Amino acid sequence: MISKLKSKLEGNNFLLVITILLFIALYVAGMIVFSDKNFAKPQVFFNLFVNNAGLIIAAAGMTMVLITGGIDISIGSVIGMTCMLLAWMMEKQSMSAGLSIVIVLIVGCVFGLVQGFFVAYLKIQPFIVTLAGMFFARGMTAIISSDMISITNQSFLAIANAKLYLPFLGTVNKKGVMVYPYVYPSVIIAIVVLVIVFIVMKYTAFGRSIYAVGGNEQSALLMGLNVRRTKLKVYILNGFLAALAGFAFCLNSCGGFVEQARGFEMDAIASAVIGGTLLTGGVGNVIGSLFGVLIKGTIESLITFQGTLSSWWTKIAIAALLCFFIILQSLFTAFKNKKIKK
Amino acid sequence: MNKAETSFKKLMSHRLFWPLVCLVVVLLFNLIKTPAFFKITINNGVLYGYLIDVLNRSSELIILAVGMTLVVASSGGTDISVGAVSALAGAVCVFSLGTGAAYNMPYGLGLLLGVFAGVVCGAWNGFLVAKMKIQPMVATLILFTAGRGIAQLITGGNILYVKVDSFKRLGAFLPGVPLPTPIFVAAAVVIITLLILRKTALGLYIQTVGINSKAGKLVGLNATLIQFLTYAFCGLCAGIAGLIITSRIYSIDANNAGLNIELDAILAVALGGNSLGGGKFSIAGSIIGAITIQALTTSLYAMKVTADQLPVYKAIVVIIIVALQSPELKRMFKALKLKINKTSEGEKVTA
Repeated sequence: MISKLKSKLEGNNFLLVITILLFIALYVAGMIVFSDKNFAKPQVFFNLFVNNAGLIIAAAGMTMVLITGGIDISIGSVIGMTCMLLAWMMEKQSMSAGLSIVIVLIVGCVFGLVQGFFVAYLKIQPFIVTLAGMFFARGMTAIISSDMISITNQSFLAIANAKLYLPFLGTVNKKGVMVYPYVYPSVIIAIVVLVIVFIVMKYTAFGRSIYAVGGNEQSALLMGLNVRRTKLKVYILNGFLAALAGFAFCLNSCGGFVEQARGFEMDAIASAVIGGTLLTGGVGNVIGSLFGVLIKGTIESLITFQGTLSSWWTKIAIAALLCFFIILQSLFTAFKNKKIKK
Repeated sequence: MNKAETSFKKLMSHRLFWPLVCLVVVLLFNLIKTPAFFKITINNGVLYGYLIDVLNRSSELIILAVGMTLVVASSGGTDISVGAVSALAGAVCVFSLGTGAAYNMPYGLGLLLGVFAGVVCGAWNGFLVAKMKIQPMVATLILFTAGRGIAQLITGGNILYVKVDSFKRLGAFLPGVPLPTPIFVAAAVVIITLLILRKTALGLYIQTVGINSKAGKLVGLNATLIQFLTYAFCGLCAGIAGLIITSRIYSIDANNAGLNIELDAILAVALGGNSLGGGKFSIAGSIIGAITIQALTTSLYAMKVTADQLPVYKAIVVIIIVALQSPELKRMFKALKLKINKTSEGEKVTA
């Protein structure tokens, strides 16, 4: 039993366990320090999901791309473009909410297809291709409209503001009324995406071939896998997820403006890295990325609860944590390599 | 005829051929669209014109691209923290010089402190990459995130202005010199770097480590030290670039100074025909790449494209340039040509 657990803990699950433990430690610390400010309330925990629904979706897609050994730095801009496109179609073209959502998802897929073609078939470095994609999407956002557009579409706002109360974890408030924690539809989308991506990565041939391609492209090719098609599919899927993340993001912001979601890609990459995904490819897990997002969210809410710290401390705290994880990873890899040598 | 053809082929296969062609095409495009692009006038004893502007504005990009080229060559990864490090260096410099009517300390010392901050950041990146064996992009992600935070910590979240006039000189003009100072700084950085790389075996070492660091170790190279040095040097370049950026607007805005310039620097390296996978490198290529990017930006501005729409055109040109340099595309075209030739031959036979 113990040996089984030990063998499970070894390898990359070890990093995942560390990530989860650190998240719990961070959260419990917050509960103790800010116990007078209701940090322990279940709603605070669910707000982590509410505030980061888009990031969870984007990080899931990013994790897949990173596992193939690629990278996609265009997603922040794609999210910005999606929000703007949604707002523009609904407000300026008076299209229905449903049609607009379908269109932006298709645009995301096409965007992914083009990037994937350049990466997989023309063998141009993913960083440069998606850098061009980043410029393109950000510029397109400005071409659609350089002014901010707020969404007033009734059905869209109805989705955005629909509070879904959970049937458990209720707390009694000051007036003696039972209050249940709630989430928004964007959280449901994020959770569904996460579960689907997890199943695909773990139990389908497509998911395993993603790991194979990222682990060693040459071997994957010799094994008879269609490396180029696998990569193309991953980039299309990532484009789709980026657009979906944009939709979730838009549900939170209810509007589009040029600078929206700038630097979002780095948040997604950092979340994936904290969750144990290696940028060299072949190693990673979407569950890890989820906890990466949650850790980032917890740090942010800790700083908000503290109230007097300046915004730049968020950046420094996140960077310090990132640093801690990365060094831990590197030590762990070095240790493992030494073991193999023996 | 034949001789001319072979020499043309030789020219075409030169690694700087395509980057240069791209630059020339961008410039030629201007000749048609905005002929005023090539006019240079003298105003108050100082040269003015779009071309001067391109060179002037591309100075910090050239400096960053030089550092980035070496980092890419030695480690096969990119340093994405240079923009944040530039802001940090600027913040340190402005903070130590002070915002009063006179400097708190000698002007040179302030500049030196700024550059020193850059070197420290570069050394930290180098330590993580070379010693801890962390992938470059992840290692530099730390300072990418923290750099602007630390810079804001120094400036207290405010935009600091330097009121002493001589501070502007680095980003503008030295008295009595017709060309902007950044051009000279960039030229000095390039020349010194080239001298070091050419006169010592360091350039060769960097290539060796980049192609195969294990093989480099086996022939007795200290791969760790060489990688570390390239990152520290990249930090130095980022520091110098940061000072120029700060001096141009004689103030430091930690949030926006050098924003996204790391992307342009990486782009410059790639446009110069360098592989982002490390190994062989060409500083000259990166410089051409940097000037191409700036020429493109300036010409788009000259065509009255607004700043926020500019990235679209930039993206299209970039992807065309990179695709043109892709060997895979050339191979595809060759295969297509062969196919067409074959079918036309088949038609002849049946006819």
